[in-house]
This record gives sequence, C-alpha cells and structure tokens, in this order.
Amino acid sequence: MSNEAILNRLTDVFRDVFDDDSIVISAQTTANDIEEWDSIEHINLISAVEAEFGMRFQMKEVSGMKNVGEMLAILAERASK
Amino acid sequence: MTELQYPFDSAFLLKNRRKIRKQLLADGRDRIKKRIAVLGGSTTTDICSMLEIFLLDQGIQPLFYQSEYGQYWQDAMFPNDTLEQFKPDFIYIHTTTRNLTEYHLDMKQSAADCTAAADREFSRFSMMWERLRTTYGCAVIQNNFELPRYRMLGNSDVSDVHGMTNYVLELNSRLNRYAQEHKGFYVHDILSLSACCGLDQWHSEAHWCLYKYAMAVEMIPAFAHNLAKIFKSLLGKNKKAFALDLDNTLWGGVIGDDGVSGIEIGQEGAQGQAYAAFQSYLKAHQSLGVLLTVCSKNEAENARLGLEHPENVLRPDDFRAIRANWEPKSGNIAEIAAELTLLPESFVFVDDNPAERAIVRGQLPGVAVPELEQVEEYIRVLDRNSYFEVTDFSEDDAARDEMYRANAARTQQAAQFENYTDYLLSLEMHAEISPFSELYLPRITQLTNKSNQFNLTTRRYTESEMREVLQSDRHIHLCGRLADRFGDNGIVALTIGEMQGDRLEIQLWLMSCRVLKRDMELAMLDTLVAYCRRAGIRTIHGVYLPTAKNGMVRELYATFGFKKLSESEDGESHWELSVDGYSKQNHVIDVKLGEEATV
Repeated sequence: MSNEAILNRLTDVFRDVFDDDSIVISAQTTANDIEEWDSIEHINLISAVEAEFGMRFQMKEVSGMKNVGEMLAILAERASK
Repeated sequence: MTELQYPFDSAFLLKNRRKIRKQLLADGRDRIKKRIAVLGGSTTTDICSMLEIFLLDQGIQPLFYQSEYGQYWQDAMFPNDTLEQFKPDFIYIHTTTRNLTEYHLDMKQSAADCTAAADREFSRFSMMWERLRTTYGCAVIQNNFELPRYRMLGNSDVSDVHGMTNYVLELNSRLNRYAQEHKGFYVHDILSLSACCGLDQWHSEAHWCLYKYAMAVEMIPAFAHNLAKIFKSLLGKNKKAFALDLDNTLWGGVIGDDGVSGIEIGQEGAQGQAYAAFQSYLKAHQSLGVLLTVCSKNEAENARLGLEHPENVLRPDDFRAIRANWEPKSGNIAEIAAELTLLPESFVFVDDNPAERAIVRGQLPGVAVPELEQVEEYIRVLDRNSYFEVTDFSEDDAARDEMYRANAARTQQAAQFENYTDYLLSLEMHAEISPFSELYLPRITQLTNKSNQFNLTTRRYTESEMREVLQSDRHIHLCGRLADRFGDNGIVALTIGEMQGDRLEIQLWLMSCRVLKRDMELAMLDTLVAYCRRAGIRTIHGVYLPTAKNGMVRELYATFGFKKLSESEDGESHWELSVDGYSKQNHVIDVKLGEEATV
C-alpha cells in the first residue's frame, strides 16, 4: 500500500473520530494542529486506526508517536488490511 | 438504533460516537433527564461517553459528574460540595480488581489472615456505600470484581485461600450478600461480562499503563451497554412482552409446506433440540412476568396445529395472544399491544426473517427487533440484549402473567353481558385504598416510573423521593389495590396531592392500564375527596401535561366533573373541582379504606 493510500484512509479515520469532514492531514500533522486532538481523543484515534488497518500498535509506539508521519511509517510496515 | 443492539461493532461505535450522539440528540424524542455521578477508580471518560450513547438510545439523557482520576473513595467519604450540589439520581462506582489494596500473595499467611484481608477490603467498600446512602439517598451501582489477569498459583489460584482468584470470588460473594440485604444497591456484573468477552481480550496491560483504563478500550462499548441495562431497568424502560414468529423461529421448517409432522422440534435431531432449548428459554421468562404472544404469517389452522405439536415446550396456553394471518406484522403487533393494554414499544419482536424485521422496525420504531440468524444463536443474542433486566423485582412482576390470564377470562365474561355496568358488578370487585406505606413503596415507585398512558403528569420519582412524600404532612397520597373474582391486580392506582391552604394541587395521578374501564379511577377520586374533606380542603386543582403517550387522559378531569380553567397551545390544561357538593361516583367497586379507615 502506498503512503498516499494510507494517508487517505487515515484522513477518513480522523474525520470520523473528530466528526469533522474538513480535516486535512499530512505527515507533519501533530496533535497541536487539530484543536480537539487531546489525550482523551488520542485514545480513540489510536483504537480507530488499529481497527481500520487490522493491526496493533505496541505500547512504546503509542507513547513515542510524535506526528502523523511516524504513524504512517508504522502502518506502512504492519497494516494487514 | 440497530447499531446499538447486541451484537454490535465495537470499533464502529468507538470511532463514530460523536456522529451517533448527534444523530440521537436530533431525533426529536422525549427523554428523561437523569444525573449520574461516576466515581472512578480508573479512567472513566470513554465509559461515560459510550454510556451516554446507549442511554440516549433507551430514552434517557444523562448528565454526568465524574470524579477526578481515581478519586472514588475520597469523593464518597469526605464532604464534597460539588457532588452535593450536583444532586445525583444515581451514583455509579467504577472500581475493578485493579483497585483492590489488601491482597498480597504470602503463602505463610493462615486462612484467618486471608479472611482478615478480605474483611478489611470489604469494609473499605461497605463504609463508602453506607456514607453514600445516608448522604445522597440515591441508588448506588457498584461494579463487582473481574477475575485477575494472571494466576500465581495456577489452577489452585481459585481454590487455595492464598490465591487472588479465590480472594476476588470471596469479595464478590460478600458483595452479592450486601446487595441482597440493601435496597437501592445494584451490582454491575463485570465478572460475567469479562468472561463473555474473554479475559485475554478484556485485560490490556498496554491500555492500563498508557491510559489507566481498567479494561481494553475495545471492551468499553460492551461494558457501557451492559451498564446501561441497569439504568434503563430502574427507569422503567424494560420490555414487557415477546411477539414471536413461528416458522423457523419457534420450530424448524415451514408448517404450511412441511406439515405438522415435518417441522423440526424436540429431541430428534440437532435443529429440533436447538428450537426446543430456545422455547425453554422463552418459557422461563414467564417467571419474570414477561408475556409471550405469537405473531406469525400463517393460516390460523396451521399455526394451531404447529402449536399443538406434542414436542413443543411452549403450549398454546402459554401465549396471552395469538395472531396468525397474512396481514403486516407491524399491524398485528399494534393490535396485540392494544388488546393487552400495552404500548407497542414494550415488545420484543423475534423473527428469523430479515424482511419482516425491517417492516416492524420501520413501522413501529419503539419495538426492539434483535438481529437473528441461526437458531443456535437466538438465546445468546436475546440474552445479551437483556430486554427484561431485573433490578427491583416486585410481587407484581411475578404475578403479571397470571393477571393477564385472568384478564382473558374477564373478556370472556364481558361477552355475556349486554349492559357494561352489569358486567362490572358481576366481577365482584373490591378495592383497598390507603395512604402510601413503606411496604408498598417499591411497587409505588415502580408503577410511577413506568406508567405512561393513564398518567396525567408523567412525573417520575425515585424511591427516596417517594419516601419524602410518604413522610410529608403537606401531602395527601393514596394507593389503590384492586381485586375481583378472577384475581388480584395488586397496586394499580396512585394519587399524590400537595396541600396549599384549602387547596389541593394534584401532582401525580396515574393508573395501570391493566384495569382500564373498571371505574377504579372513580373509586380513587371518591376517596381523595373524602381525605380532602377531613383535611379541610375546599378545592382540588389538577393539571394535564400532554406527552406523546398520555392522550387517553386528556379529558379525564372533564369526565370527573372538574371545571377547565385554562388550556395552553401545547395542550397543557388546568382544572378545578369544588369539594363541597361532590357526590360519590363509583357504584361498582366495594371500597375498603386501609390504615386510617375512619374517613
């Protein structure tokens, strides 16, 4: 799966979780760029991404993830669907 | 909402909760607003947001108070202005095995040491429940304890006094005993739920360490769904009856095609056994007061033949109504509901055919329509949806099926009389009407919270609010019990009025629809007037507050002889009756006044 395809699906997940169809994300996007992306919504986001891509983040990945780009890299390696 | 019925897609619900919440809030439904204080021993944020969705779906709009992270005990045990001002209707304590503090594995401990640890642990909890009860006087819901995620002693962890599994089960059995001995205290059973979900799925070390969730985030929808059942049951939102399809629902095969000898039911063959097991499961509901009815597309004669098949567990006599015809099922359910004086939304429609389910869902939105595919799955799907969740089970619930049986006998009796008054007299009715008493308080509260149709104000009361009324000297309160030659209907009518000088303001006037058209409301009015006279009341003031369901009593005060004072555009109307010159209106029920029989 190309990074672009992953990014598109990821965008849909972000839009569902934050219920905001205007969200646009890139590899550089961080929690600071999306108003409602706080520690609570982070939990939902992680679980929605896991469900969408049929994979699990490791605990250290979740706590270390700095931006969407890092999420993309992990998904490119491990997405099962 | 079908998405919120078991089996649901947890990932979908977690991801789309905002959208779902918005949709539910926009559906224009009237909802009861309730204040729920959530005292957590771990993170509660998503538990509340998911619980909110399930409650909204049940017609309940929650307002939450959440304790700061892990502060359940402090919140409960110390004076807390915020919580006191919040005035909770319910307090829910979200603790789990993660919150146990007294257990340590030490093989040198004696059995008595182990028991002492459980004693200390349990009293830490019971002290908290006692304080909550005396301070807030509201219902308390407490999680029990799930099995631990590892077993230091292996298989012996469950049987050895040193094992944590043994310790958890010991605490749970004390918790159960406490619940048995304390009204208004309810156990949220995560011991079973976590087992249903699978303990390895349930526990997530990662989600605990990352977010301090006591269970995996993916389990939160199942958790909230299970928890919501207690609230909806306490708030009178349980279902009351089944409408059951026949072919491929109660037995295998199509009786019209396969003939009575061709259907699959009974101990021959796997399919037949599974249908028999399902029938046994349904039949057991009679003990819970759930009514069974049939709604089938069939020739009436074929349905009869099928129901008389000797291998059936359910007998024709087990059904309070049978509709077998070719009319749309939505219409049949509405008719059965009317016949039993229930609302369609009190029904669970059980049908293997997706097309029939879709029609009923579309035409009768309040009816619960579980998704069923294979007979071997039927029980699990119905059971997990817990349509009849038992909380405060009353004598009345236990007798309900019997009462409806008696109603059928009354209907037959009525057919023999041309004159309705003669029929009423032939019932040999006697009523006992008395002020509220502690003994009847659970039933009074239950009736208040689930009566929708014959209810002038639809005001809801918790048991402690009802107790305040009972103890107040500003209120006149009456409850009426009606019996006749066919049986005892139990407490069926309630009235509460507040005295304001020489005026009585009626705050609550309701009656169970099971005794419609029996003149019980007149017996209640006669008695109320008698009590008013004794208290020096000159006028009785009543209000009708319209809802989607109480149209049948719009003109009740008019039929009572009240004068209409005003009516607003939305249909709210105010009425007045002068006590002077009132003469008795009930002539068919022999009324005995309970307790203060001197009136």
